[in-house]
Amino acid sequence: MQMAEYLTAIGLETHAELSTDTKIFCNCKNRFGAPPNTNVCPVCMGLPGALPTINSTAVEYAVRMGHALNCKINLVSRFDRKNYLYPDLPKAYQISQSNVPICVDGWVDFWYNDQVRRVRIERIHMEEDAGKLIHSESSDIITYVDLNRCGVPLIEIVTKPDIRSPGEAAAYLKTIRSILTYLDICDCRMQEGSIRSDVNVSLNRPGEPLGVRCEMKNINSFSAVTRAAEYEIKRQQEILDAGGIIQQQTRRWDDVKGISSVMRTKENADDYRYFPEPDIPPVEISQRRCDELKKSVPELGNIKLIRYISEYCLNEKDAHYICDDPKLAAFFDECVQSGRYSPQVYSRRIMSELAKYLNANEKSFEDIRLDVKRFNELLGEVEKGNISNSAFKKAFEFMIENDDNVKTIINDLGLLQLTDESELERIAELVIKQNPKSVDDYKKGKTNALGYIMGQCMKCSKGKADPVRMKEIVLSHLAK
Amino acid sequence: MEIYNYYAYELNSLFKSGEISASEITKAFLERIRTVDSKFNSFISIYEQPALDAAQNIDTKRARGEQLSGLAAVPVGIKDNIAVKGMKMTCGSKMLENFISPYNASVVEKLYSKDCVIVGKLNMDEFAMGSSSETSIFGVVRNPYDIDRVAGGSSGGCAAAVSAREVPVSFGSDTGGSIRLPASFCGTVGLKPTYSAVSRYGLTAFSSSLDQIGPLSRCVKDTALAYDAISGHDSRDSTSCSFKNTKCFDDLKCGVNGLTVGVPYELFSGKIDPSVEESFNSFLKKAEMLGAKTEEIELKTSRFALPAYYVISSAEASSNLSRFDGVRYGFRANHYTDTNDMYIKTRSEGFGEEVKRRILLGTFVLSSGYYDKYYKKAVNAARQIRNEINSILEKIDVIALPTAPQTAFKIGEKISAPVEMYNNDVFTVIANLTGLPAISFPCGRDNSGLPIGAQLITRAFNEQMLLDMAYTYETDIGGFSSPEL
Repeated sequence: MQMAEYLTAIGLETHAELSTDTKIFCNCKNRFGAPPNTNVCPVCMGLPGALPTINSTAVEYAVRMGHALNCKINLVSRFDRKNYLYPDLPKAYQISQSNVPICVDGWVDFWYNDQVRRVRIERIHMEEDAGKLIHSESSDIITYVDLNRCGVPLIEIVTKPDIRSPGEAAAYLKTIRSILTYLDICDCRMQEGSIRSDVNVSLNRPGEPLGVRCEMKNINSFSAVTRAAEYEIKRQQEILDAGGIIQQQTRRWDDVKGISSVMRTKENADDYRYFPEPDIPPVEISQRRCDELKKSVPELGNIKLIRYISEYCLNEKDAHYICDDPKLAAFFDECVQSGRYSPQVYSRRIMSELAKYLNANEKSFEDIRLDVKRFNELLGEVEKGNISNSAFKKAFEFMIENDDNVKTIINDLGLLQLTDESELERIAELVIKQNPKSVDDYKKGKTNALGYIMGQCMKCSKGKADPVRMKEIVLSHLAK
Repeated sequence: MEIYNYYAYELNSLFKSGEISASEITKAFLERIRTVDSKFNSFISIYEQPALDAAQNIDTKRARGEQLSGLAAVPVGIKDNIAVKGMKMTCGSKMLENFISPYNASVVEKLYSKDCVIVGKLNMDEFAMGSSSETSIFGVVRNPYDIDRVAGGSSGGCAAAVSAREVPVSFGSDTGGSIRLPASFCGTVGLKPTYSAVSRYGLTAFSSSLDQIGPLSRCVKDTALAYDAISGHDSRDSTSCSFKNTKCFDDLKCGVNGLTVGVPYELFSGKIDPSVEESFNSFLKKAEMLGAKTEEIELKTSRFALPAYYVISSAEASSNLSRFDGVRYGFRANHYTDTNDMYIKTRSEGFGEEVKRRILLGTFVLSSGYYDKYYKKAVNAARQIRNEINSILEKIDVIALPTAPQTAFKIGEKISAPVEMYNNDVFTVIANLTGLPAISFPCGRDNSGLPIGAQLITRAFNEQMLLDMAYTYETDIGGFSSPEL
């Protein structure tokens, strides 16, 4: 039977924990890894009588994310209660935003598959995180509740079903992570669950409306999102190919086994009984503050990436490497802005020298001392022929570990290139005299003998000879 | 005169002038509670030693010449749904029978800072749901005027304790009339402040958008004093007002000259207990004699008030009471098979009939498919009521109504007829749905000698006008009486 052609539509709901000092509705510390139930108070423990008060920093973080994703900001937004019973949810309702979220109708552009892709953002809303259940490993089947995470501020970013493939979903998520990093509003520690996604997948034939979707809940790595989506596409494809129909379901993804299973169907879906949160008045933000927050959003990694690739013609891998680290990208931009060399020269140096150094030493850009002025000076020394490429590497490594100026570094390390004609002549004569066999071979037409002679010359100059001039002089001697 | 017969403001001045110590006052009231409370069952918990220790502290402060407030040395009782650190907060429920609060409500902190002496926690309808104080697992509260009759609810313990002079002042909560109704049944003054004028932090939520804490006492001066002590902004309650405090006691004055009182006669005329109507009408005549102008007003939307109230309050209650699930604190069923079964058994066994009825009602009206039909409609009705009443209050100063359609009924008389019970709230829920301040004070007795309450409602944050009017009436009739026990 012929496999039918389907289009895939993926929508993501991504939860990101905001890195505010305190929780969203009380003054408890928002800190990962504290001993169980130590960052808690009557409010986040849901004790009778306790009331929530909104953390304005969390609101501002959400607004900045909204601006970063080109959203319309609701200057008045509202909180609602989402009611459900679960042992890690002490109030038995989650304070969330349902009807009037803080940000709506945005989009995000990112580079994927050699083009710019745009995914529309339906909404961003604020809510509180729940606690954690810890199941004892012994045979007594006890479950412990840790409420430290209760009330950690979350934003949930909901896309339209615009994502067309599992790979694109991962690219979108990396973009979201990059934006959160650029805004410095989330720790983005995946293994700690700072970013978690619900994945909605549906298939449809070209020209037909979107199919019935299935959702997989709470997946906390990007690669697991990809695998879950791939599995789901295949599952739905098989059902459709066999003439079946897709039932709306919430499914649980088991990343270890690589399969998903039904959690609940539409018929027994939870009724969360949303209603307006009476304990928190509408959240208001002034137009002026909203505008100020918009201005505080820097040029983001996804936009830089597109610019580097399409304007500077950097290759995707290099552009990604630079954009991944906001500080490195800022350095790169500053280099380009200095106008001394082309973007490619800078990116080549960054990839060949800097990336290698950071990798080998397990450092990040913020650990080193690199400034545009010295970097340009050092590159100038190579350009002028004062130092060799290999000398550049040595000087560069020294430079990023010290504050010395470039001249001092070159002098102290003895890296200055040998350009004195008479000295180069002397070396050429000496090497030719000491290697008659190689000279003979060369003259008989064995051109690779030249390489050996050049190598001996460089060795004799302790690597400092200007290789271009040296070669010219050697050739002129051999021609005699 | 026995110490327990003094008003709070009198006790405070006797204390300040050195005629009596806080310890003596406290001992006298504790003795009174020991002597009479078994008849009324006003208290759920009594904290004798902490009260005596606190009193001694206050005496020391006086000896050191420290500044003391107008409520210093006054013993007070707190409704058992308001958190006092180290004391039980049962809400009258098996669910929280042994729950000890680890923190203080904001009003309690304020009372401590004013050197009040908290003597104990007062009985109430379970989770403040009721109009008779019959649903507490600690037993029925009995009316000091007739122990076969209810004290009204839900703050029945607050009203009975004040009426029986077990404390001069108590603090209750009012969601649909829970301060005013028992005040009316027990012949005390009761004030429901404007929504947001008193912090709700530490008040176990029943219906968050309607709940308010307020005082009960035997005279208007004490009500003013107690209201001043707890009113004002609190950063821990996001719905809290912006002003810092009130000084109604200092500003209290006699005189109603030129004030316009609107009376919605069509709401109650011929529809309520004739003795209540008679007393209320004679109160209106008195008000006119004192210089107020009365005029008939029409409240077209008020017929929606009771149904809207029961839909909104039950909806919010169903959410607020979900936290009592047996997981972290409070009652947990002894036998269950899994987590879901634990929830079901704990909540089935831990809550009483009335609470379960409201949780079910509230869950229903919020359910998908019914939200628009019930909850949304009720919220819309409440908005219409608010708009109508606010526009009426632009033209007149206060609205006057009987507090309840009848006097205290017999214990057990209405407990199995929920709708009849709900009808007691028909005149009080208006103030909660609109967020407006309302006061209830005694305006007469029926043939059996049971007290009747008059209710005044006015513009937001205008408690002063309510207190002034009630004070004028009180002064004119020579003070409110208390029952012979």
